[in-house]
Amino acid sequence: MDYLDELESESIHILREVAGQFEKPALLFSGGKDSITLVRLAEKAFRPGKFPFPLVHIDTGHNFEETIRYRDEMVERIGERLIVGAVQQSINEGKVMEQTGKNASRNALQTVTLLDTIQAHGFDACIGGARRDEEKARAKERIFSVRDEFGQWDPKRQRPELWNIYNGKIHKGENVRVFPISNWTELDVWNYIRREKIALPSIYFAHQRDCITRNGQLMAASPFLNMDDEDIITNRKVRFRTVGDMSCTAAVESDADQIDDIITEITASKISERGARMDDKVSEAAMEDRKKGGYF
Amino acid sequence: MNILKFFTAGSVDDGKSTLIGRLLYDTDSILADQLEALQHSNRKNDDGTIDLAILTDGLRAEREQGITIDVAYKYFQTEKRKFIIADTPGHIQYTRNMVTGASTANLAIILIDARNGVVEQTIRHSYLVSLLELKHIVVCINKMDMVAYNETVFNAIIEKYKTLAQNLGLKNVTYIPVSALKGDNIVVPSSTMHWYEGESLLHFLEQVEVDDHDTTEPARMPVQWVIRPQTDELHDYRGYAGRVLSGTFKLNDYVTVLPSNVSSTISRIEFFDDDLLQAYVGQSVIIHLKDNIDISRGDILVNSSALPIESKRIEADLCWMDARVLDPSITYLIQHNSKLSKCKIDEIIFKVDINTLEKAAADDFKLNDIGRVVLKTAEVLSYDVYGDNRANGSAILIDSRTNLTVGALMFRN
Repeated sequence: MDYLDELESESIHILREVAGQFEKPALLFSGGKDSITLVRLAEKAFRPGKFPFPLVHIDTGHNFEETIRYRDEMVERIGERLIVGAVQQSINEGKVMEQTGKNASRNALQTVTLLDTIQAHGFDACIGGARRDEEKARAKERIFSVRDEFGQWDPKRQRPELWNIYNGKIHKGENVRVFPISNWTELDVWNYIRREKIALPSIYFAHQRDCITRNGQLMAASPFLNMDDEDIITNRKVRFRTVGDMSCTAAVESDADQIDDIITEITASKISERGARMDDKVSEAAMEDRKKGGYF
Repeated sequence: MNILKFFTAGSVDDGKSTLIGRLLYDTDSILADQLEALQHSNRKNDDGTIDLAILTDGLRAEREQGITIDVAYKYFQTEKRKFIIADTPGHIQYTRNMVTGASTANLAIILIDARNGVVEQTIRHSYLVSLLELKHIVVCINKMDMVAYNETVFNAIIEKYKTLAQNLGLKNVTYIPVSALKGDNIVVPSSTMHWYEGESLLHFLEQVEVDDHDTTEPARMPVQWVIRPQTDELHDYRGYAGRVLSGTFKLNDYVTVLPSNVSSTISRIEFFDDDLLQAYVGQSVIIHLKDNIDISRGDILVNSSALPIESKRIEADLCWMDARVLDPSITYLIQHNSKLSKCKIDEIIFKVDINTLEKAAADDFKLNDIGRVVLKTAEVLSYDVYGDNRANGSAILIDSRTNLTVGALMFRN
């Protein structure tokens, strides 16, 4: 069996297990390539039926407009339900406070909005597009990953996950994060997108953009970034390797405006994907801490 | 290009993490920022080179203790194959993690420290590999640099291991002398051990044939989900969604639905936009039957001329994975593919001392204990013997008080 077929089939199996085992699942949709891949896999798992779950977007309000346009067009095309949980609302309700300072980002605030959204809708399983090759804490996470009522992940209390059997039993208040593309690498995702001819938000491809340099990384100049006189704006040809909050997603200089060029670039690349996310740089154990705190 | 899933067994000191780190490093699978993090780390080898083991030590607790405490998955690929590594700890408390890592692997790498040879934990690891019936085993005799790359040492260890392999019924064993620290025979052939004429580890892993997609086994597909759009245009549409566990289903094949034991013919096989003539092991598809039968999640479609075993009383090997000891007086849940049933442990036949491989009578199972039990299930299970059909011969036990996965089961009759 070809490796992409095998990965695809495993992911479809996992999505159908979610449908079979949970009362109220949801698919966390960020507008990034991994969650776009999940949507295609869900189509393959459930068509001609409807998805047995809505899409949920946790919206920081600091989006690339291209992503939101893509999201709305996609939802229209596939005819599925979209629920938006807004970080702005969490701020308005006083549940979180906007960060200040030069490196202010809403990325960390998302966790609260996510947990509130889960609670408000009573979701018992949230499907996410995380992959084990992204980061070393993720390398140890199960495909069905149980969270307590505070959304916390406890790496020492993970259930053993054997063969292709997934234990989705939980107590009231707990929920499960499910990662159907755990075994895919970044390159696998790109190869799959090419094979399936899946359209992506345009920011994944090289384009001209005003940027500033922050902590050694290129950031898109935007109203969401706290800029001062020291920040010099230059127009560069860039693309983004991940789609996140505008204030913490770094660009890479690139001429790759076609998927083939991107795949060539990634194959030769010397920066791993999460390396382009400033929020992981804060400490070596950053991801582990955020997972324990209920982040995706 | 296909996928090879392998797991590595070895103790904290056998250099297992270094071996995996070396595979990743020498295949250029470490990216610049990871390498940068490595160089900033203050863990170095005695000779000042980077400690590659850091690449697989994921969690903070491990970094602090310097040991691997859980299963970590790592990925790399060459032009020939995509590899998925389950890095599993070898320390005795963590037998459950090794069983977990082995359950999804097609191949096991067993590490032996050339200075120590076959020791108690080699027996333990090899026993687990035999229990989970892995079809391919590579014994890496590591730290050859510490025994002056001596061929006699290597051969003596092979001789000793052969006896063990024979006792355990292990087949397809390959022996490779390596130094993970120095890189000998991991990716490139050793420049020091000219007496070794075999392949490097990576070369072997790229070439080895793993036939885990045997399309000739009896066909099985558990139903995970029934697709019924119930729209005007698809009013009578009823498709059974699942992943083929074994064998091949063809259009017009006569199939039986268990446990209801009703038969029908396959009228259509769908995969997204395509109609297929057949679906084989590993594929996730939608199957339609000619007759309107009541089928739901937990049922299994099987080839009518090769039926599985159907029973409520099942003999199985059990690996206990929970800190709470097994309690024969309580009711557990058994999850066998998409089927969930209540069950009890009716009898403990024996427990195995995994250091000596001796079997003895027992009345309890503690964390990491392994042995044979008889299960009594509330509902009939339709299963195969693990040795004949891994996917339909395995199950997990769930403690309904805690919802934890407490046991791994391999059906034996």
